[in-house]
Amino acid sequence: MPGSQQYTDSNAPSLEALGDSALIVRFGDRLDARINAQVHRAAALLAAANLAGVREIVPAYASLTVHYDPAFFSHDDSAQIDVSPFARIGERLLVLLHDSRDEILQTTRLIEIPVCYGAEFGPDLADVAAHAGLSEAEVVALHSTSTYRVAMLGFAPGFPYLFGLNESLHLPRRATPRTRVPAGSVAIGGQQTGIYPGELPGGWHLIGRTPLHLFDAARASPALLAPADEVRFIAIDADEFAHLQTSAT
Amino acid sequence: MSIEVLKPGLLSTLQDGGRHGSQHLGVGCAGAMDANALRLANYLVGNQANAVALEITLQGPRLRFETPALIALTGANIEASVDQSPVPLWRPIVLRAGSELVLGGMHSGARSYLAVAGGFDVASVLGSGSADINAALGSRSLQVGTRLDCKPQHRDRYQRLWSTLDAGAEKYRAASWWIDPAPWFDADPNIVVHTLRGAHFAQLDIESQRAFFAYEFRIGSESNRVGYRLQGPNLQLAAPLELISEGLSIGTVQLPPSGNAIVLMAEHPTTGGYPRIGHVASADLAKLAQARPGQTLRFVEIDLTEAQKSYLAQQMEIERLRLAIADRLHD
Repeated sequence: MPGSQQYTDSNAPSLEALGDSALIVRFGDRLDARINAQVHRAAALLAAANLAGVREIVPAYASLTVHYDPAFFSHDDSAQIDVSPFARIGERLLVLLHDSRDEILQTTRLIEIPVCYGAEFGPDLADVAAHAGLSEAEVVALHSTSTYRVAMLGFAPGFPYLFGLNESLHLPRRATPRTRVPAGSVAIGGQQTGIYPGELPGGWHLIGRTPLHLFDAARASPALLAPADEVRFIAIDADEFAHLQTSAT
Repeated sequence: MSIEVLKPGLLSTLQDGGRHGSQHLGVGCAGAMDANALRLANYLVGNQANAVALEITLQGPRLRFETPALIALTGANIEASVDQSPVPLWRPIVLRAGSELVLGGMHSGARSYLAVAGGFDVASVLGSGSADINAALGSRSLQVGTRLDCKPQHRDRYQRLWSTLDAGAEKYRAASWWIDPAPWFDADPNIVVHTLRGAHFAQLDIESQRAFFAYEFRIGSESNRVGYRLQGPNLQLAAPLELISEGLSIGTVQLPPSGNAIVLMAEHPTTGGYPRIGHVASADLAKLAQARPGQTLRFVEIDLTEAQKSYLAQQMEIERLRLAIADRLHD
C-alpha cells in the first residue's frame, strides 16, 4: 500500500512509516553535516511544538524518528473518518516543518573533552597512525584540532556519533570487535569518531580515553553531550587523567 | 509494606510502561514485554495502567508477604499457590500477612505479571521504574533476599474484598469475578503475527520476499527482552544496501547480513543500521511477548490502516475492561 506510506512534496522531507506507532522524517540518506543540521533544527522545532500523542523524537544522521500513540491521531475536527493516524500526524508534522523551514539552528554548546591519547588509554593509536601514514603525534594533533558536531546519540545510553573527523583519519572498523571496551574510550570507526560511555563491546579503533563520565542517570542531565552539541578534544597526559579521574563526578 | 524474595525464579524484573522520552540520549524504553498483561494486572488491583509490576519469565519466584496485600496475576498461565492452595489468575486476590506466594512453571506462554495494590516502590530512573538489563539502568533482576517495597495501598477502597478475608479462615480470598484471558493470552504454540512490510522489504530478492510471508520461522534460543532471533528460510537482499543509523521501534524486523531476521522487543537499542524488512503490528506484540524460544512463528501481511485500526480497537477494549473492573472493585 505505497500510497499511504509515503508523503512527499518537493523540498519537503519524506515521511515513512516505521511500523504502526512510529514514523521516520527523512532529510537525506548519507552522512552529511548540512543534512544533519536540518535534522536537529527539525527535532528542536517538533520538540518545542509539544504535540500531544508524540512520545519521542529521536534525531539520527539524516532522519528523525517520531514515536506516537495512534490513539491521539485517530480523529480530528475535519470529520474525515477514513484518514489514518499515520496520515494525520504526518500532515501535522509536515505543516510544522514547512512553516518554519527558514529558521536557523539555535547556537549550540561547545563542550571540551580532555583525552589522554595512546599507550594503555588508546591501544590502537599506533595502528591508526600506521594506516594513515602519520606519526602518533600527528594523529593526536589532527584529532584534537577539529571541532566536531554530535550527529546523534545511539547504540548505548550517551554514546555520541561525531561529525568532523579529518579525512586522513578515516579507516575501516576493526576486523574483530572487542568484547569489552573500557568506559571513556575515544575511538574511530569509518568516517566517525565517538566515545564509549560505559564498558561495552565495540569494533572501533581506540586512540585515547577521557576521564569524564559521558552518562550518569543520576545527573540532572544524564548525557554529557546532546545531539547538535559542538565538541573539541583537549590532549592531556596520564597525570592529568589520574587527577581528573579522581575529581570527576 | 515489603515482600521478601525467597527464590528469584529464572528472570524476574520490575517493569512499568517503559522509559519514554530519553531515546534521543540513546536510552531505550525497556518496559513490560506484554504491555496488555501489565495493564490488566494493574487494573485488577486498582493501580494506574503502567504502575511498576513484576515481570516473571518462564519460571516464577517464591515470595513472602510481610503484610496483607491485594495482588493479581496475568499473562502466561503460571502455576501459583499460597501454602499449597492453588491461586487463580486474572482476578484480584487478598493475601494474609506472612503468606508465601509460590510461582512455578508456565503451562504455556513465557511471561506473567504480578501486580500489587499500590504498585512496587522502586527508584525512578529517567521517569521509569523499569529494569533495563543491558544498559544497567533501573533495578536489577530479583535475587535471593531482595526486598521489594510497595507503595501504600488504599484498603478502604476495596472494603468488601478485604472484609471477606478478615472474616474467613482461608489462606487467601479471591474475588468472585475475573477477566476472561482469551483475548489477552493465546496458548496456541503456533504463533501468527500480523506484520507490515518494512522500508527495505522491496529490496529483498524475490524468493526472500515470498518466503517471509510464506514460511515458518523458529524463535532461536538466544532470544531475550532485546529481540527474538529467528531461524528459518535464509533471507537475502537482491543487492547489498549501505544504510546509515536510523531510529528503530519495538516490533521492527531487522535483517543482518547472516540472513536470519531479528524481531526487536522491549529492550531494543534506540537506533540501528540493518535493513528493516517488517514491523509486527502493535496489536500482536503481546502475542509475540508470550512466545518461547523453540516455538514457531508465521508473519501474515497487514497494511498500515488495518494495523492502526486493530490497535485502536484493542485499546478501546482495554479501556472498556478498565471501567468494568473499577466498577467491581469499588462495589
